Amino acid sequence: MNKKQMGFRKKKSLAEWLLILLVVAFLGVLIIGPIISLILGAFDNGLMPVLRSITSAGFRRSLGLTLRISILVVVIQLLLGTMIAWMLVRHNFPGKTILNGFVDVPFAVSGVVVGYMLLLLFGRTSMLFPFLDRMGWRIAFAPPGIFLATLFVCFPFMIREMVPVIENLDRQQEYAAATLGASGWTRFWRVIFPQLRSGIIYGLTLTIARTFGEFGAVLVVGGGIQGRTETATVYIFRSMEERRFIEAYSAALLLGIFSVLIVLISDWLKSSLENKKSTARLKNPK
Amino acid sequence: MNLALLRRKERRNPGAWILRLPSILFLILVVIIPVVVIFQDGLREGFDTFFYQINLPIARHAIILTLWTSTLMTIINAVMGLITAYVFVRFDFPGKRLLNAIVDLPMAIPSLVTGIMLVILYGPQQTLGVFLMERFGFRIVFASPGIVMALVFITLPFVVRTIQPVLEDLDQSQERAAATLGASPWRIFRKVVLPALVLPTLGGSLMSFSRAVGEFSAIVIVAGNIPLRTQTAAVYVFSQVEAENRLGASAVSIVLILISFSVLFIANTLHKRWGAHR
Repeated sequence: MNKKQMGFRKKKSLAEWLLILLVVAFLGVLIIGPIISLILGAFDNGLMPVLRSITSAGFRRSLGLTLRISILVVVIQLLLGTMIAWMLVRHNFPGKTILNGFVDVPFAVSGVVVGYMLLLLFGRTSMLFPFLDRMGWRIAFAPPGIFLATLFVCFPFMIREMVPVIENLDRQQEYAAATLGASGWTRFWRVIFPQLRSGIIYGLTLTIARTFGEFGAVLVVGGGIQGRTETATVYIFRSMEERRFIEAYSAALLLGIFSVLIVLISDWLKSSLENKKSTARLKNPK
Repeated sequence: MNLALLRRKERRNPGAWILRLPSILFLILVVIIPVVVIFQDGLREGFDTFFYQINLPIARHAIILTLWTSTLMTIINAVMGLITAYVFVRFDFPGKRLLNAIVDLPMAIPSLVTGIMLVILYGPQQTLGVFLMERFGFRIVFASPGIVMALVFITLPFVVRTIQPVLEDLDQSQERAAATLGASPWRIFRKVVLPALVLPTLGGSLMSFSRAVGEFSAIVIVAGNIPLRTQTAAVYVFSQVEAENRLGASAVSIVLILISFSVLFIANTLHKRWGAHR
């Protein structure tokens, strides 16, 4: 359709080709080249060293920690993130604007600063420390600190994805369900939730990708203690520092592939959800 | 009437508070308290110490380096993001869909991995890195160009993806009218297309700036941690935490937070304004 409208310009002009070339070169130098070089770098000595690196005990342990923390953070974000988004859209209460502004804070704060904040809050110099110590709770330089840091860093993703979705909900349907006598719970699961699905998928995707990729905050608050507070990214960093390059590259490649896969799967889920919706509409038009 | 009834029901519903209370608590515990703590710590010995700490040569160099690399990145991203979005929306060429998908990759790829990628391709041990170094004396890795490059990589989707939808929604009849009146394509772009894109470009650029100011992972890999040379503010905070210099770490952290906040605030205000215009 667009092409027909633009019919008066059939042939591409030189300027057009130059612009296309410029964009291809830009993305090539910036993104495609580095990605290819990571793949080539990891497989520099063939397949075996890569397999050995990603199955080594050190990497497996760090990946296990990342995975456990990721699952915990994702579940909490799913519940509380959706709740907070809901509250920000549907409820009115004093201080809501301020609260709304604070949601974006983690987006703007550097990961290192996040980790440092948590150290100040829970570390040895903190006012809370004697209490935590007596209870035997270790937060700084321990997995709970890493968990809190990841939670902080991922905070806005779910909420910012959900707020526009909730704003665009068709309230007529809710009123209709309410007048037909549906309880709040039924209204949520039968009417609201199906409309939220694609927003939830996208918010979760961003959260998962971030939980796997966070490094600065996790390094500072966890201290990168080998085998104890070493997440996958910290493991990669240590391998780089110790010049075990094949191990670093292989682990980085695995992490990169995993993150890209997550995004691809969510895109696919989202488009299949949308397709289902449109075919459903076709089957019963009104 | 129905609406009013439901609203009233919602207000009286004690369930609303069951929803509200944990949300507010969560926000306070997870977000607000840590921010308050860092301000309290950085300013605990007064403003003089605070200014002294951020004026130390290494700290000042780190802050200035962060600011100029982020600014340069923002300019590159604004220009290249604009061109990229324009090419994607208006032109057709083989491989466009693939390239378009590639723009999203920086969102998914952990920035630590980004740093490693750039080091492999442009690093001093690699052919391309050596070639650039010997032929042109141009260092990318362990130097400021590497910082800028890493930042452009990480924030690329912000600008492109803010401009793209605006450009797609743009009414093309004005452009066609200008074309029939004999305006050159460049003139059409400047006078008709560009004005509509100024605000989204600015918004996306500011978002990327506020993200770039705090970047640590990619930079620590690409630029290393060399004080007075390639140490950015976030890396400086890291090294001060390691050195247990709390005052210095807190002071520069506060500076970082203030910069990101103000930029993000401006970006949000712009976003609201251009949302209202449409």
